[in-house]
Amino acid sequence: MTCCNVDVGKILKEYSEEKGNLMEILHKIQNSSKENYICDDCMKKISDYTKLPLNKLYGVTSFYTMFSNKKRGKYVIRMCESCPCHVLGAEAVINSFVDELGIKVGETTKDGKFTLEHCACLGLCAVAPAVMINEDVHGNLKPEMVKDIIAKYE
Amino acid sequence: MKFYRSHIILGMDTPSLLAGAKGVRDTLEKQLKEKNIVNEIRIVETGSLGYNGVSMIIYPEGIIYTGIKPEDIKELVEEHLIKGRPVKRLMAIESSQKDICAGKQEKLLDGQVRIVLKNAGSIDPENIIEYIAKDGYMALGKVLNENTPKEVIDIVKNSELKGRGGAAFPTGKKWEFTYNTESSQKYVICNADEGEPGTFKDRLIMEGDPHAVIEAMAICAYAIGANKGYIYVRGEYKLSIDRIKKAIKDAEEHNFLGENIFDSDFSFNIEVCLGGGAYVCGEETALIESIEGKRGEPRLKPPYPPVCGLFGKPTIVNNVETLANIPQIILNGSDWFKKLGVKGSAGTKVFTILGDINEKGLIEVPMGISLKEVFENIAKGTRSGKKVKFAHIGGSSGNIVPFNNFDIKLDLNTLASSDLTHGSGVILFVSEDIHINDYLKSVAKFFKHESCGKCTPCREGTFRIYQFMEKLNKKEGKKSDISKMKDLCKVMKNASFCGLGQAAVNPFLDAMTHFEKEMMEGVKEGKK
Repeated sequence: MTCCNVDVGKILKEYSEEKGNLMEILHKIQNSSKENYICDDCMKKISDYTKLPLNKLYGVTSFYTMFSNKKRGKYVIRMCESCPCHVLGAEAVINSFVDELGIKVGETTKDGKFTLEHCACLGLCAVAPAVMINEDVHGNLKPEMVKDIIAKYE
Repeated sequence: MKFYRSHIILGMDTPSLLAGAKGVRDTLEKQLKEKNIVNEIRIVETGSLGYNGVSMIIYPEGIIYTGIKPEDIKELVEEHLIKGRPVKRLMAIESSQKDICAGKQEKLLDGQVRIVLKNAGSIDPENIIEYIAKDGYMALGKVLNENTPKEVIDIVKNSELKGRGGAAFPTGKKWEFTYNTESSQKYVICNADEGEPGTFKDRLIMEGDPHAVIEAMAICAYAIGANKGYIYVRGEYKLSIDRIKKAIKDAEEHNFLGENIFDSDFSFNIEVCLGGGAYVCGEETALIESIEGKRGEPRLKPPYPPVCGLFGKPTIVNNVETLANIPQIILNGSDWFKKLGVKGSAGTKVFTILGDINEKGLIEVPMGISLKEVFENIAKGTRSGKKVKFAHIGGSSGNIVPFNNFDIKLDLNTLASSDLTHGSGVILFVSEDIHINDYLKSVAKFFKHESCGKCTPCREGTFRIYQFMEKLNKKEGKKSDISKMKDLCKVMKNASFCGLGQAAVNPFLDAMTHFEKEMMEGVKEGKK
């Protein structure tokens, strides 16, 4: 029972049918996917298991910025654009990522490596401007640092 | 138990890791091994110590070193740890030597007491024994053995503790509502969905002292009669999630959570629930919807959660910082707490100070300090050397205070009398080179994205405000745009369904009062 390389059945079995774990289930399934998303097949299985109608389930995944039903890159770059980062030059940093990767915000590079996303405050304001790449944090950024950061990811 | 002659407390929070804390730790371990003193000195990793760069404190001397690089370690080990001579050039400035987390204001503000950040930076957050050694879980034991639930509520009520998440509702009163509601099932929820731009106090509390939150939740559960709790943490806060989960597991092993805690008939369990990156989920009813596995849209109030909350049962939702005060109030009494701060605003408040300033970070000060004192004495002026233009306090939905009004005191009563709020405790200082229209556009973009879409005033209003600001920022606005925006803000304030839309207009209304002339610069010549 695998699809998009995630063994959904196994993950679902870890959780009781009791209400209150849907968010955790969704996080776990998405994190297990190499492409950082939850595919339509998985959505159906989650819906069957939790007895939550499929339309409601899509309502949930589309509501929260962290979930995606579209294929994303191996690395998701979340760029903070809230005020504390903005006043310290986040826009130039964001533009530098856009230029360096040659994609717009919301797009994925052709090789499937990076996806660029805007996001609200990451709580890393002490090192603003900041971005998160998957679970890594990069702070005190300047536009000229972007190239080296991207080069670190393979 | 093994005896060590020295303990090195090393800050390993995110900013420290960025500054190279890992390299410092590895070099330190290597050096200790080389000098053959591994068995004499223990390295303890902890959360933020409140300094810039990699910092550590060496006990028993209590000497603080900051801005450490791996190449400094050899000297540190040889001089301090072997010869016992502190390395002066790496020591933090004299005045801050006495204090760990709150930094340099210790000398300026006599009688400062750290409650919420008491342990952050002085214990290993992943080791429950260290928390217990600092009177941890004593408050829980005390209430279970000595107090009835009603007495606990009275203690909290008398302390005049108010919610630290932004709304400042009296905590004891909230608990009493739930206590008085009959139900076979009640819940305690810790709101750790810290989304207000600029706030990271809850993250530091959870990273530095996770057990304080757990203990407080258990005390609350005992007082109101709940046996199940949830901690709703932002999905992005990886380290907080890990530390909280570990702390819950350790607490279960020591029977501070689970069945028959302290051999009483009180049982309590906690689960962690992850957020999905939605700002609106900081609103308590939206948060409850999210735990239930739905879209995080706010509910119609009343009924309020203390009467009808999670799964329709009475539920207490408290902020992390609010909860972190509870064990200390129980141990020291409500009068002790009330004496801190000023009348009407008991206790201390954790602020995060940010922006174009020299000392960024986290401070815990008694209520009633003035904004000017924070700017001049703690933040130490602007980093760029430019003049400061305004401070945005309370987060994006907070108020804009121009430099002329910096004399205002930061306590609940004074702020409320000027129609202000300290919200979640952010103070963002913005210097004169940032144009007000550019700044407001960034604020507008945030709310346009984070409005949940349930009600029209907020969904359409945040969208329109963004359009106005985009035009003004490009200098293509009309004169009438500003008056239209003013009207729109009033509608949103009155008609929005939840606090998000009602508060989103605050910075815009303030800016139109204080910076109207500058905003007008965005009007294209001749356009009315």
